[in-house]
Amino acid sequence: MFLRRPVVRVCLGVIVALGLIAIFAPAIAPYDPVAQSVMAANLDPSAQHWLGTDQFGRDILSRIIFGTRASLTLGLLSPLIAAVCGSLLGIAAGYFGGLADRLIGRLTDILLAFPALLIGIMVAAALGPGFWELVSALAISFAPRFARIARASTQSVRAENYIEAAVASGLTHRRILLRHILPNIAGPIVVVLTLWVATAIRLEATLSFLGLGTQAPKPSWGNIIRDGLDNLFGSPWPIVSAGAAITLTALAFSLIGDAVRDALDPASQA
Amino acid sequence: MIRVIIQRLIDAIPTALVVLSLVFIALHILPGDPAQAILGEQATPAQLALLRARLGLDRPLVVQYAVFVWDALRLHFGQSYMNNLPISGILAENLPYTIELTIGATILGVLMGVPVGVVSATHRDGAVDYGARVAALLGLAVPDFYLGALFLIFLSLGLGWFPINGVGEGFVDRLYHLFLPALTLGLIKAAFVSRLTRSTVLEVLGRNYVRTARAKGLGETRVIYWHALRNALLPVVTGLGLSILSTLSGSVAIELIFGRPGLGRMLIDGVATRDYPIVQAGLVVFALFVVLVNLLMDLLNVALDPRQRTA
Repeated sequence: MFLRRPVVRVCLGVIVALGLIAIFAPAIAPYDPVAQSVMAANLDPSAQHWLGTDQFGRDILSRIIFGTRASLTLGLLSPLIAAVCGSLLGIAAGYFGGLADRLIGRLTDILLAFPALLIGIMVAAALGPGFWELVSALAISFAPRFARIARASTQSVRAENYIEAAVASGLTHRRILLRHILPNIAGPIVVVLTLWVATAIRLEATLSFLGLGTQAPKPSWGNIIRDGLDNLFGSPWPIVSAGAAITLTALAFSLIGDAVRDALDPASQA
Repeated sequence: MIRVIIQRLIDAIPTALVVLSLVFIALHILPGDPAQAILGEQATPAQLALLRARLGLDRPLVVQYAVFVWDALRLHFGQSYMNNLPISGILAENLPYTIELTIGATILGVLMGVPVGVVSATHRDGAVDYGARVAALLGLAVPDFYLGALFLIFLSLGLGWFPINGVGEGFVDRLYHLFLPALTLGLIKAAFVSRLTRSTVLEVLGRNYVRTARAKGLGETRVIYWHALRNALLPVVTGLGLSILSTLSGSVAIELIFGRPGLGRMLIDGVATRDYPIVQAGLVVFALFVVLVNLLMDLLNVALDPRQRTA
């Protein structure tokens, strides 16, 4: 049912293709993405350079191909880490209740009011640029989303009779949490996870564009656009093509996210 | 009603404190010595000690925290390291541009989003509805700064219709410089607003009082614009209020694209030049904006929806 929908198939195709491009980037890219050449600066698209070159004579297509790596690893890794950390906090809050619940609940409410980009800028400014710094910045800004959904789901599952039965039969908290609660709240968490991948990809691009993410000379779609902005009169191609790559990738992931939500949570269908 | 308002105001105090604490934690407790960052690797221990004393970093953390909160509440941020100008002056210079951009984007977003959303709902599955849904999907996927860059490349550089950067002088010129940046953020907002309007209008059109209005023999226009819309737009108003926050965060990258001064530009430049008081001031002002907008939306909700007046 899920895989039969044409939209889902096209999007999965795009995502698999992007994954392969990221993995085999060195084999696919026609040039070294960081190799500079003064002679070949600001070339328009041609048979040698399909998307032209930038102000340093670097091949744009190769930079975009290698940029796929930054976008996909960060786009998948940071929501995943946020899902694990946020869910653990949310489950603890929902299961044990009491003071921990009040503190975690209050904190997530406050963090949720903040645009993710602002938290990203704050963390990136504090930690400085770098791959893991960027992953943490994104993960911290997403974690409250997971904490809230995990907390609410845990609370509703906790009220079920089978949990009461499990408690009555003397099971440990650990066993109840792992065997009875987790499988029952996994659905909503997966939905939130897939929905936030597209946002993570856009945020990575934005932070890299702002100079707080992936650092030059390492290519990422965001810093290709930043370099392109400094060279606006030289060539519009870096901006146009890198932005198209971000949009296409974000679109594919958000359509998949919508489809996963529809499949796992039929009540939310519009 | 007054009790509810006072309650909400009191609720905002711990929120503001938590938010300020987060900024403090980010800048003071996380690894990384600001003095080292400002002076660079070559700094001698004596220079570092001197700067730490000047920044107050040698004082106990609790004292630093108290000073930080007190200064933040008075909007007292000291001086920039780069040029020793008072930060209150730099803020006063930059803030109006961010505010005009946010207001402009909101106006354009409403003007485009609400009518499209209403037509989408009243002519469900028609051409406008279909087009709007595709556009909204794209609008939610495309990064705002990319859309801005495309406008800049095609409309400003290519066709020469709009200025390439700056903010202009005099009222008309200023609006002229504002248009493209505001349109960029406005379009993204319109994607969100039209989807929200569509779903709330659809919901209201299914209600009993709309059926009653139709049964009374009122014309369809009067039913939609007099009865349905007034109630449907209530959630849109609050949704719009909260979307001010995403426009505000979008303005950071947009200011960079269009070469405009502003709060986001100030913050990012501050991070790049390691101008620590500027970063601190930018983050605090952004954070207080977030708290303020949330509070105002809460109060607006109470004002618009009588059911919330007894909480």
